[in-house]
Amino acid sequence: MITEALARRTDTRTDSPLLSVRDLRTNLLKPASFSLSAGECIAVRGPSGGGKTLLLRAIADLDPNEGLVCLDGRDRSAMSGPEWRRLVGYLPAEPGWWADIVGEHFTDWMTALPVARELGLPDDAKDWPIARLSTGERLRLALIRALMAGPKVLLLDEPTAALDTVSVQAVESLIAARVRAGLAVLWVTHDMEQARRVAVRRLFVSGGQVREEVTECPAISL
Amino acid sequence: MSSYIALSYWQLAATSVFVLIDAALSVVFGLRVHRSLLFAAVRMVVQLALIGAVLTTLFSLVSPLWTSLAALVMVLFAGHEAALRQERRLSGWWSYGLGTGSMMMSSVVVTVFALLTALQPNPWYDPRYAIPLLGMILGNCMTGVGLGLNTLTTSLVNRRPGVEAQLMLGASRRAATAPVTREALRSALMPVINSMAATGVVYLPGMMTGQILGGVPPAEAVKYQILVMFLIAGGTGLGAVTAVLGGVCRLTDARHRLRLDRLTVPSAA
Repeated sequence: MITEALARRTDTRTDSPLLSVRDLRTNLLKPASFSLSAGECIAVRGPSGGGKTLLLRAIADLDPNEGLVCLDGRDRSAMSGPEWRRLVGYLPAEPGWWADIVGEHFTDWMTALPVARELGLPDDAKDWPIARLSTGERLRLALIRALMAGPKVLLLDEPTAALDTVSVQAVESLIAARVRAGLAVLWVTHDMEQARRVAVRRLFVSGGQVREEVTECPAISL
Repeated sequence: MSSYIALSYWQLAATSVFVLIDAALSVVFGLRVHRSLLFAAVRMVVQLALIGAVLTTLFSLVSPLWTSLAALVMVLFAGHEAALRQERRLSGWWSYGLGTGSMMMSSVVVTVFALLTALQPNPWYDPRYAIPLLGMILGNCMTGVGLGLNTLTTSLVNRRPGVEAQLMLGASRRAATAPVTREALRSALMPVINSMAATGVVYLPGMMTGQILGGVPPAEAVKYQILVMFLIAGGTGLGAVTAVLGGVCRLTDARHRLRLDRLTVPSAA
């Protein structure tokens, strides 16, 4: 116990968290506290309707919520909503579109092009009508759109739920590269294998309650 | 001005035969509307008789107090009607308050403007001018405000994913709701534009026909009609902008969140 506490303390001293969440709560979400470092990915698991999406929406400040949320030591309430959401991006499970053509959702498709190729999308995807996109194409395009905004933290809500194996690998390696470059990610997934692949730490959300899953060292808990 | 033909009650009663013919048609063809038809006809007669009595009293009093009281009652009724037509309403008092407030503001501003500049009756609040003018402006304003708010709430609900997607990428609430706001304002102004375009060709407005029947030379009646159309356009535009922008403010918040939780769920009926 003592060594664990000591290890944690040195941990926080060496790299202070990028995103810190304290007593974040909504009318459905019970107070949640955790922190996320730069270059870290935390997997979020839990049953459907348990509050995973509510947690991400509350962090992105899309629903009324209370609690202290800081990015790089800056209090969220000191920033405007749009300013915060440019730094803390959110990709919902069913991304929304406001225009008819893919290209209209990007300020500059040319800069998005390399990422689009990496995710297996052709160059002319820009001209595709939104109505004809498959769920997988929508997810990948929305991921590119979210990355283009240049967030420091990215909240992903089942970004690979409707993708084939090749695309899943492409998305995972793309995010992994961004995480190595310093992006912090909260990754909601139903797939335990994926949770193990993309993240070391895991949060478990159920009945509106958020808690950290500790399963790495079963030997110590004995 | 004075060359109008007064109607006797017997003449009116004779014309009501047409309503009875409608009722007979309903019976013959099994339309089952004769009851509501007759009820509506009776209701119309009673309502108009009452308003005739009220207007007679108002016109003879020429009191600013009673005139503004009558205007207030008209605005409150219009607000109630506009709120009733909403499929999804703003929760609490906002539903009634926003529509009524914006209609009161716009129709009063436009009516007072017309009374002080174009018409200039003496005194300026003479109910013989103020009340009919307000009524015409209010009636159209009610349609515009009702349509604008209804379009706003319906398309915000339908387009919620798109609006929120823009908010998620750091758009302000104003930018994210701009397409919906535009759509709502356009639908609020459509009836005015249509009626201006069709007036004189497709139909002769009731006010103008009424003046002509009352003995006013057609050219003069036309001038009045043009004035009224302009006032209606102004009142509807002003009222719709106030109501729709107020609605956008209420359905978003200072943190630039979309707040559809401030809408009531439409009833299953």
